[in-house]
Amino acid sequence: MQAKNLIYDGTFDGFLSAVFYVFEFKLKGVTIQNEFTVQQGLFTENESISTNEVKANRVWNGIKSKLSSNGSYQLYYAFLSEEVGVEDLLLDYIQYAFSQRKKVDKDYSHPSILKIAQIAKSVGREKHRMEAFVRFRLTKDDIYFASIEPDFNVLPLIEKHFKRRYADQKWVIYDIKRGYGLFYDLEKVELINMEFPENFNFTKTDDAFFANQEFEFQKLWQDYFKATNIESRKNMKLHIRHVPKRYWKYLSEKQPN
Amino acid sequence: MSFQRTQEKLKILADAAKYDVSCSSSGSKRANTNKGLGDATGMGICHSYTEDGRCVSLLKILLTNHCIFDCAYCVTRKSNDVKRAAFKVQEVVDLTINFYRRNYIEGLFLSSGIFKSADYTMERLVAVAKKLRLEENFNGYIHLKSIPGASDELMREAGLYADRLSVNIEIPTEAGLKKLAPDKKREDFIKPMIKVKNEIIQYNAEKKIIKSTPKFAPAGQSTQMIIGASGENDFQIMQTSNHFYKNYNLKRVYYSGYVPISYDNRLPQIGSAVPMLRENRLYQTDWLMRFYGFDVSEILNEQHQNLDLDVDPKLSWALRNLHEFPVDVNTADQRMLARIPGLGMKSVFKIINARRFRKLNWEHLKKIGVALNRAQYFMVCDSNQFEKRDLTSEKIKGLILQNSTSKYQKMLSNQLSLFG
Repeated sequence: MQAKNLIYDGTFDGFLSAVFYVFEFKLKGVTIQNEFTVQQGLFTENESISTNEVKANRVWNGIKSKLSSNGSYQLYYAFLSEEVGVEDLLLDYIQYAFSQRKKVDKDYSHPSILKIAQIAKSVGREKHRMEAFVRFRLTKDDIYFASIEPDFNVLPLIEKHFKRRYADQKWVIYDIKRGYGLFYDLEKVELINMEFPENFNFTKTDDAFFANQEFEFQKLWQDYFKATNIESRKNMKLHIRHVPKRYWKYLSEKQPN
Repeated sequence: MSFQRTQEKLKILADAAKYDVSCSSSGSKRANTNKGLGDATGMGICHSYTEDGRCVSLLKILLTNHCIFDCAYCVTRKSNDVKRAAFKVQEVVDLTINFYRRNYIEGLFLSSGIFKSADYTMERLVAVAKKLRLEENFNGYIHLKSIPGASDELMREAGLYADRLSVNIEIPTEAGLKKLAPDKKREDFIKPMIKVKNEIIQYNAEKKIIKSTPKFAPAGQSTQMIIGASGENDFQIMQTSNHFYKNYNLKRVYYSGYVPISYDNRLPQIGSAVPMLRENRLYQTDWLMRFYGFDVSEILNEQHQNLDLDVDPKLSWALRNLHEFPVDVNTADQRMLARIPGLGMKSVFKIINARRFRKLNWEHLKKIGVALNRAQYFMVCDSNQFEKRDLTSEKIKGLILQNSTSKYQKMLSNQLSLFG
């Protein structure tokens, strides 16, 4: 029998539907791939899985009953890493969890569990970094706008944090890499897609879009950032470890004057 | 507000505040209320890092750098010829709110030079916090400096609006304080600390009975000591630190390597190195005390008055106590696991969880993230390969140093050559 490769639509529910399919037909040696990154194997047969919310929920509830809450959120975090092959690791993890009576999420000497815990940790770190490094700029329409390019798809994870914190201001956080964002309108958060002019420069604060006072506060923040540094303790290696260079382009304090 | 005036003041008053180490923004439980601005329930967030690698979490400024005191170690001392400035209450409020809205900061850390009197200064610090909370409905983090000598009434009010209060004892011993800050008395620092400690205890007790009791300094108190300005040894420093943790329920004691800012001959001269490695070793000791179950006297005592610079304090303790090792990671309790050099608390908890499923061997431990370079000499696991030679402490230390590169290598060789 040919090995099967299940193709899903890239959503978490789609992935869970594929897991359902694996259990339903007791498939062995199966791989799961997202339709955007699918690679044709020589001896594999591709099969598209349609996303089914009911089946997905059944799998998710099953997972939650077999793992601690920490374990199930680790699975979701790891899924959002979008790393190539993460689906197969997740499947292995889930199959192992269902085969055991005990909760297995702390079995750190099991290879898939340790690996998922590590991936989840890097996603968690990225989430935390975004909570730190998002820099809002006030637009002429009185909306606080931030653009980001996170390594992992962390927008779904940071929504709650920003909603709770900035309850009294309208804001947008836009993931340029993945082409979608979150918009808070003082009531609720919505997923949005935005059209930007061709060659729009996200790192530049253009006075056509941004409020006048925006420039002053950016300047004050840059001054503050400089003044609070202690020159005789300078340690750029440590600085860069904490603030990796790939994040610099959206940090107001790192913009050239 | 006038942009240029504010800009100038910000430069002066941020520069003067930067020697205060604390930038913690965690440990409060202040949630967003009535759709206001901000939330301080989660873990702390470092929104940026300075080029010296320190966390930037709070807008850390002085209300003013005018000061009636003349403490030798302080950059804003009366006799120092620096530009002076003072913020208006509203200016600080505007800066805080606008920085917070842009996600630059978690909140405000407001300290001040002492102008006129302690109470006069404290009153203004409290006024800023009060305005932020009551007029701006601001729920972010506020850290206020307790001004030594401020009245109990003001300290009580401060605790109602601030998340954290701190008063820096600065010099670890009373003798040192007398030498460098003759106008100041240890009691003046202690008095507000005791007041705040007692209020916290009282409010927490009331909270258990009446749910609506307001929060009082929910992130607790902290203090700071300057390291290397007044000749204390590590034993004295950590004893003082331990005393403050135990008697005043402090959340944190910070250690700040002295940055030379003065030609005063009572102090290290301008240009001498900041003792960063020593500072790091003191923080490691502090962590061993607070999280690893060590008593300070195990690490520093009459016989060992200074921490080793070339190895970390836990390894140093283990080398002096080889009779406690090797530890079997598959059976040892948490306390002993935490004492193995190279094992952090995260690894300890992972091991305790993982060994319920199967016995752990070197491969497992390596993947979990144990620093085997140090740990291997102090433990056994599910493997017949372990250190069988009867090694002496010096030999083990040599082997470990041979196979590791310290990030402080350069500094270490400099500092050692001073004694060599």
